Amino acid sequence: MTAAGAAPAGTVLEVRDLHVRITSRQGTVRAVDGVSFDVSAGEALGLVGESGSGKSMTLRAVLGVLPAEARVTSGEILLDGVNLVTRPQSELNRIRGTKMSMIFQEPMSALNPVMRVGWQIAEGPQVRLGFSRARAAERALELMRRVGIPDPERRFRAYPHEFSGGMRQRVMIAIALSCDPEVILCDEPTTALDVTIQDQILRLLARLCRESGASLVFVTHDLPVVAQICQRVAVMYGAQLVESGAVADVLLNPWHPYTRGLVRSAPDFDYVRESLVPIPGAPPSLVNPPPGCRFHPRCEFVEEDCRVSETPLRLLPGGRATACLHYERCLDAAAADRAQA
Amino acid sequence: MTVADGAGGGTLLAAHGVSVFFPVGSQVMARVQGEERRLRAVDGVDLDIRRGEALALVGESGSGKSTLALALCGLRPVDTGDITLNGKAVGARRSQADRRRVQMVFQDPYSSLNPRLTVGGVLRELLRVHHVVPRGQVSAESKRLLSLVGLPEEAVGAYPRQFSGGQRQRIAIARALALRPEVLIADEPVSALDVSVQATILNLLASLRADLGLSLLLISHNLAVVRHLCDRVAVMYLGRIVEVAPTEELFSAPQHPYTRGLLAAIPRLAVGAPDTGAPAITGDPPSPLRIPTGCRFRTRCPIAQPRCEQEDPELASAPQAPEHLAACHFAFEPAPPAGLARAGDQA
Repeated sequence: MTAAGAAPAGTVLEVRDLHVRITSRQGTVRAVDGVSFDVSAGEALGLVGESGSGKSMTLRAVLGVLPAEARVTSGEILLDGVNLVTRPQSELNRIRGTKMSMIFQEPMSALNPVMRVGWQIAEGPQVRLGFSRARAAERALELMRRVGIPDPERRFRAYPHEFSGGMRQRVMIAIALSCDPEVILCDEPTTALDVTIQDQILRLLARLCRESGASLVFVTHDLPVVAQICQRVAVMYGAQLVESGAVADVLLNPWHPYTRGLVRSAPDFDYVRESLVPIPGAPPSLVNPPPGCRFHPRCEFVEEDCRVSETPLRLLPGGRATACLHYERCLDAAAADRAQA
Repeated sequence: MTVADGAGGGTLLAAHGVSVFFPVGSQVMARVQGEERRLRAVDGVDLDIRRGEALALVGESGSGKSTLALALCGLRPVDTGDITLNGKAVGARRSQADRRRVQMVFQDPYSSLNPRLTVGGVLRELLRVHHVVPRGQVSAESKRLLSLVGLPEEAVGAYPRQFSGGQRQRIAIARALALRPEVLIADEPVSALDVSVQATILNLLASLRADLGLSLLLISHNLAVVRHLCDRVAVMYLGRIVEVAPTEELFSAPQHPYTRGLLAAIPRLAVGAPDTGAPAITGDPPSPLRIPTGCRFRTRCPIAQPRCEQEDPELASAPQAPEHLAACHFAFEPAPPAGLARAGDQA
């Protein structure tokens, strides 16, 4: 993840210093505050954080579907080098679906309840790729087979309410894939599903992305899910990125106290601790964020400079980046934890 | 059959052959056409909660976990079987004293608290109606309950909307504890909360259990949570308990193929290469309106045999593991039958 400078070759999506503001009665909410990341072709990037950390807002800004009160105030979103922030809606409409598509958390509210699922899948190819009705239907059937919907010829004419949660999510995936996008954005696609169905959907997504070469941006709060499906992870806290890097490095050896807190507070199936270690305090207000590092009021390693200096994401060796000024202390603490275990 | 009593302080709350049905569609037409139009949410469950233990109830959504919990709590009448409390059968309408003994914490603290009552109002009402403490001590008791769950005393005057999700769940726990129950039933108490807040609630439940000697029935789909908190685990599938065992035994030597699949499906933090192999369990659970004949898991089972279609396996233990029960024809067999793959390997 480059914090600045030219994107490496093979980069499909680049987000540069993105700022999203929401006007509310309480004041201006800094929903996304200077977020930069990039995604290479065929790569799966996990964007993790708690509710209110700005991860979903970042994703919606990328797709250009922010709520009415929110707008991108500065920054660039480059898809194949084209800055989406400055393009007109008509052009965004052409890009959405064909180059970029999204899978939502709640398939029941994202699907049209009064349209047969086959035609919902066929709609993209018909409208965006100019397929004839018959050819689009053929394409929909093929997609239904690819995402593992049994008996597609019969299910084509079914409505979303006739499907189970897992099958509906398969329909969403088929729609997302229908125009062969380069980037698929996923907003907690498995949170509403059972663990056995989540397992099926994650494996399906990983396989389809490998087959089609599409990149994945995967927003979730569930660290083990990120570990299963993503190669890289970026951690968000208080509308900013606080750490990024390869999944194995970041989750097993965090370089930011917040990431460390997240890992330690989540029950891990393979490692039963005496008690879980919660992160003290509450997430910061995004109307009046604390000065300096946003995590400093909750941080156990806080120093004087954390309260005053801005903490941008700093690029470090090994393709990792952290916003923590004293990340070495995280390393020491992790070493002490391991010595104890 | 029931798990043998013995270890721990004996059975406190138990279900014997409990079934809960929901009528579906027109019952008149069902009678005319002579077919059953009932959804069998809980279908002949035997389960016991022992004094002082933490028992987990896990399974997919629609497996009947929550319905069973409501029946155990007396919030839903049972259609067959009976529920015993301290060895004594309790009827459809429980006495006030029996109702106090079993209390519940619900999943969503945003909808389970009355928005028009202050926290103090909620607690005072309960304490008065059930005469938990003399009238003069009601307000002191409310404050004690709040401090028990880690909330400041000033919280008595506040409304639920003024609290965060984690704090609301603490209020819900205080409400359940107000009646000094013997059994606390927690139905997915942390699944509506953020990761960093989940830990505080789980730690609170663990410490309350230790301090107050509570028995806990924890309903969860998160097996990592269960492993942290519980002594025994019961696995439910389509309205039936398919396996019960002490936690570590269940996780190290699962006997039912459903349990094996469930364990293989858990996303692990330990990073592996992105797994594109076959999922642990294929397909969706069948509808509880059309429960398969014989073993109800056979439609998704990787080791199903012709026998499974005919015979419904009993929940039974093996001599070498009396505490471990499984409802599978091939459980506790030394050599796995042909086609039995390690969990996660099967196509």
